[in-house]
Amino acid sequence: MAFLEASGIVKRFANHLALNDVNISVPDNSIYGLLGPNGAGKTTLIRIINKITGPDEGTLLLNGKPISNSDVMKIGYLPEERGLYKKMKVGEQAVYLARLKGLSRNDALKRLKYWFEKFEIQGWWDKKVEELSKGMAQKVQFIVTILHEPQLLIFDEPFSGFDPVNATLLKEEILELKKKGATIIFSTHNMSSVEELCDHITLINNGKAMIEGPTEKIRRSYRQNLVHIDFSEEPEEVEKILKSNFELRSLKSVNNHFEAQVKINEEQSLNQVLSGIMNHCTIHSCQELLPSMNDVFIQVVNQKEQPSQNQDS
Amino acid sequence: MSKISLIIEREYLSRIRKKSFIVMSILGPILFAALMVVPAWLASMEDDEVKTIAVIDHTNLYSGQIEDTELLKFEFLQENAEETVRNEFKESGYYAYLVIQDNLLEQPDAIKLYSDSQITMDAKGYVQRSLREHLKSQKLQSYEVDGLENIVSDLNQIDINISTVKIGDDGSEKQSSAELTMFVSMAFAFLSYMFIFIYGTQVMRGVMEEKTSRIVEVIISSVKPFQLMMGKILGIAMVALTQILLWAVLTILIVTGVKAAFFPDSEMPTRAQTQIEMMQGQNPEAAEQMASMEEGFNFNSILEMVNSLEPLKTLLLFIFYFFGGYLLYSALFAAIGGAIDHESDQQQFMLPITIPIIISLYVAMMTFRNPGSDVAFWFSMIPFTSPIVMMARIPFDVPLWQLMLSMALLVGGFLFTTWFAGKIYRVGILMYGKKVDYKELWKWFRYSGD
Repeated sequence: MAFLEASGIVKRFANHLALNDVNISVPDNSIYGLLGPNGAGKTTLIRIINKITGPDEGTLLLNGKPISNSDVMKIGYLPEERGLYKKMKVGEQAVYLARLKGLSRNDALKRLKYWFEKFEIQGWWDKKVEELSKGMAQKVQFIVTILHEPQLLIFDEPFSGFDPVNATLLKEEILELKKKGATIIFSTHNMSSVEELCDHITLINNGKAMIEGPTEKIRRSYRQNLVHIDFSEEPEEVEKILKSNFELRSLKSVNNHFEAQVKINEEQSLNQVLSGIMNHCTIHSCQELLPSMNDVFIQVVNQKEQPSQNQDS
Repeated sequence: MSKISLIIEREYLSRIRKKSFIVMSILGPILFAALMVVPAWLASMEDDEVKTIAVIDHTNLYSGQIEDTELLKFEFLQENAEETVRNEFKESGYYAYLVIQDNLLEQPDAIKLYSDSQITMDAKGYVQRSLREHLKSQKLQSYEVDGLENIVSDLNQIDINISTVKIGDDGSEKQSSAELTMFVSMAFAFLSYMFIFIYGTQVMRGVMEEKTSRIVEVIISSVKPFQLMMGKILGIAMVALTQILLWAVLTILIVTGVKAAFFPDSEMPTRAQTQIEMMQGQNPEAAEQMASMEEGFNFNSILEMVNSLEPLKTLLLFIFYFFGGYLLYSALFAAIGGAIDHESDQQQFMLPITIPIIISLYVAMMTFRNPGSDVAFWFSMIPFTSPIVMMARIPFDVPLWQLMLSMALLVGGFLFTTWFAGKIYRVGILMYGKKVDYKELWKWFRYSGD
């Protein structure tokens, strides 16, 4: 059963439709990617899940039951626009925000001690937030988000503002949280940053869910039967063979190697390509190219925009 | 612990720990105390330098008519001395010199006082008074009526001193003081005005701080926007109360402390007394009036008069109206803070809030003169103006039904504004980078959302 199930969500603002009949179903203990360009409606959907705003239509089920105000305690939310009280001390502020999420003061202190030690930031406790760098403040905010051990974690643009070292640290922590049983939703327009983490994704554009499903399945279904071959020796011969039997997309020479991209049709396979050329050259590597989520997204948007105009008319 | 009390706690603690709050809490009472003590201190420090004024009288009518005082000496010089005095003024040691050109009964402006420094009001006033007295008696003599001088001095003795007595419902009489009543009502109206403005603005700034630092989204994922708004408003209200209390206590401490240190035996001169002393130097008639008013302030009767104002009832009403007014306006201030992105945008929205507050203060000023007027009545009913105008009326006794009606309307008023503001606030705090106008606010208000 899905941990979070949103069906038929519609949200209208004064002069535009922010969400148009969006359905998502987040499996328990998964990492779920909510992908789409800026202004697609991701943040609106997240705010609805957080009960910050209500939907105009549609239902939202958490563990099979309509989401209630007390369920908010089971959610940890890191908004895209990060923010803390600038004049408040780090420790005091963390305790305050934890207590707003329902922790007692003692629990909050105990857990904060653990996390501050883990991130090696004990020295920040009595600093004011305005004295911290942006990255440091983000770390504090991350701790605050997960401190009450929520079952559902929602990260809006999680890696923006983190340097690579801290981004890696964050990824590890998030995977750790998943291991402990949390369900995680990522929302981002930067698809390459999360695609290797996400089990499931939904692509949102213009307030509509364009495509939903397990990441691998989606990438497979959008594959374009491209194979990549890295070889050396006799490029002319290889080129001739590849051109005559398949569709050769490109052939480049890189440091005494050659890289070819070949499109095959549905009946052909990578084996056929290899057997065609293996007697003429040394093959270093070969792989079937799966499209990145970025490619999938561009494809989906282009595909659906043009036909949809015809459908509507 | 409920969430709203957590928010109140944070708003309260983070504000009273601020340096500006501590500085204000200390500076305020020092200022108040200074207002009471410094004039008295200055009066006791008045310079005791003896000043000599040369008099050159071209008419020879007035020689010897200005008597020396302790601090002012007059030397009547020869007519031809004017040139010498003018040329050697610095060396002569005179403070000033007076030149009379003509008969002052015919030419009142034929007299000039010269000096190289600004002549004090005291010196000028003394010369003027002395010559006026002399001219008056000259004029009286010119009527050639026997005993006229006695008649006139008899007339000057006539004075009345009205005591105002308030009749209670049970027919009991209480001495009251119109001056004290007026002072109290003015003080209350002004306090309400000041605090609504200062703390209303603090609410607005607090909301803006949360919005611009973007923490608001984190918080409203834990609490309802309305809880956040009310928590802030109530937290700041408690800050205001703390401030008032601190000011009152510290002012009393400082004043009694200063009194003990500098005026251990005598009663400390009050500000009014000092003013009387200063005025006696210039304007005896006004000073007499002040003195008769001052009699009302002697300690024997002051207690009875304070009692006639029913301090407990007044205080409770003050707290009620202060809170009502504060709640009513601070909700609107919160809505503005939520709607705008930059402090520079606040102008257009502040105006409609500021106008009723300022009008209330004007009406309150009129109320001191005529507390029962229609204008005072209506403005003490309208919730937007009643917190200030009603406070100005209360010392003058307001019929119970009017008080009840006004209080009920005020409660209704702030329930309405907090409901109204809450709707705008909730949408506004999540809107960034949008140019907001009244049409937009109206849209937000009507927008159902939740």
